[in-house]
Amino acid sequence: MQIDWAALGSVFGVSLVVTVALVGLFTLGIAGLSHRDRAAAQGRPAALAVTGAYTCFATCAAAVAYGISLIMA
Amino acid sequence: MESFSLILAIVVVTALAFDFTNGFHDTANAMATTISTGALRPKVAVAMSAVLNLVGAFLSVEVANTISKGLVDEAGIRPEVIFAALVGAILWNLLTWLVGLPSSSSHALMGGLIGATVASAGVGAVHGDVLVTKVLIPAIAAPLVAGVAAMLATRLTYRMGKKADGEAAEKGYRAGQIASAGLVSLAHGTNDAQKTMGIITLALVAGGALAPDSDPPLWVIVSAGVAIALGTYLGGWRIIRTMGKGLTDLQPQQGFAAQTSAATVILASSHLGFSLSTTHSVSGAVMGAGLGRKGGVVRWSTATRMFVAWGLTLPAAALVAAIAEWICGFGSWGTAVVAVFLVVSSAAIWKISRREIVDHTNVNDTDASGEEPSGVVTQAVAAVAPPPAGTVTDEFAAAFPEQVATDPPTKTTV
Repeated sequence: MQIDWAALGSVFGVSLVVTVALVGLFTLGIAGLSHRDRAAAQGRPAALAVTGAYTCFATCAAAVAYGISLIMA
Repeated sequence: MESFSLILAIVVVTALAFDFTNGFHDTANAMATTISTGALRPKVAVAMSAVLNLVGAFLSVEVANTISKGLVDEAGIRPEVIFAALVGAILWNLLTWLVGLPSSSSHALMGGLIGATVASAGVGAVHGDVLVTKVLIPAIAAPLVAGVAAMLATRLTYRMGKKADGEAAEKGYRAGQIASAGLVSLAHGTNDAQKTMGIITLALVAGGALAPDSDPPLWVIVSAGVAIALGTYLGGWRIIRTMGKGLTDLQPQQGFAAQTSAATVILASSHLGFSLSTTHSVSGAVMGAGLGRKGGVVRWSTATRMFVAWGLTLPAAALVAAIAEWICGFGSWGTAVVAVFLVVSSAAIWKISRREIVDHTNVNDTDASGEEPSGVVTQAVAAVAPPPAGTVTDEFAAAFPEQVATDPPTKTTV
């Protein structure tokens, strides 16, 4: 009997890193958008926050696209 | 078109029935968190999941081509063996649905195959080491991996998201949950619909209707995809309730973290060659998300019942399949007896389920069974207690007390 500890370990590592990174990025994006809403309410510009937020979301979308490509492979 | 014997036709129909139960049993994996946090309305959620399952079924036939190889020797497989395996898997899926517990449909199917093969060809035909590496280790690893990832992600999103509030945050978490739930649905379609395709193809090969090493024919792909999508759309509301509300109370942030963790684990594991069960990953992720929030509580009594169900899945399905195979061995009338038994017991389970209807209208109600403190112990005991020895029918009658225990005390008759 041979248990593929290496594969299991890499599943653990990859899952952990990817999940935390994605959730972190996405939360950052959400925080950016709510910053924009608060700024807009006070009439301040928030271009940086908005750009940052959409960069985060775009990265997440790319991850989802990669996920779909994995499913199709 | 292939020439069809009656037994082959029965196997195909039973396989599609299993596919259907697989669909509604596993809707919860993709959509429980989305439904319980209110990101999608229940009906919309199951419809979306159904469509993605259907799409997923057409994406590839890799899984279908590998399902038959590995766990049991193909040489010993006759259509009757596959039929018996499916009977075991379907009945276990229906029973766990009745008591609202998420359990792995794949384990039920594997258990069925193992039981039927042992009854037909002896213990030697089962590869024990494959059993450990493909069933036991993943069953322990999946919830741990997904749980730890979801817990850390939940902590992170709460810490970073302190300043995130208002409409933008609400919309964002909703979109995130829908995206990750969609990925899980798609992955489920490619994996589980294909398992049925693999089984049907295996039966066709075993029955001589198809040349060995064939790809699944188109009608097999279409019917398997449709069956799983229909099942998904029907929605296993009992299991959705347990997963979305029973294990812990999920807020949108937690739902997002849990579903993202589950999607990542499922994709990473299948891609890196250490397949983990969808059900186990999602359940683990939900519990991890529950632990990750300050003040979050995991209802360990419900979780324990779930773990017990996981442990029982393989042996229970195997036992039923072995008995079914043994009865099938008496000839055509034996197969007929098993078929009738399958239909009757499925009808009985459905009938019992109507006593306390759970559907899209009350799926988010929190008075889910297992939350009244008085009932928890009895349920756990009922779930752990071994069924008394006896005939097949006795065994299922013995399994029903679990349901009685989940019912309000006024309904204690079976």
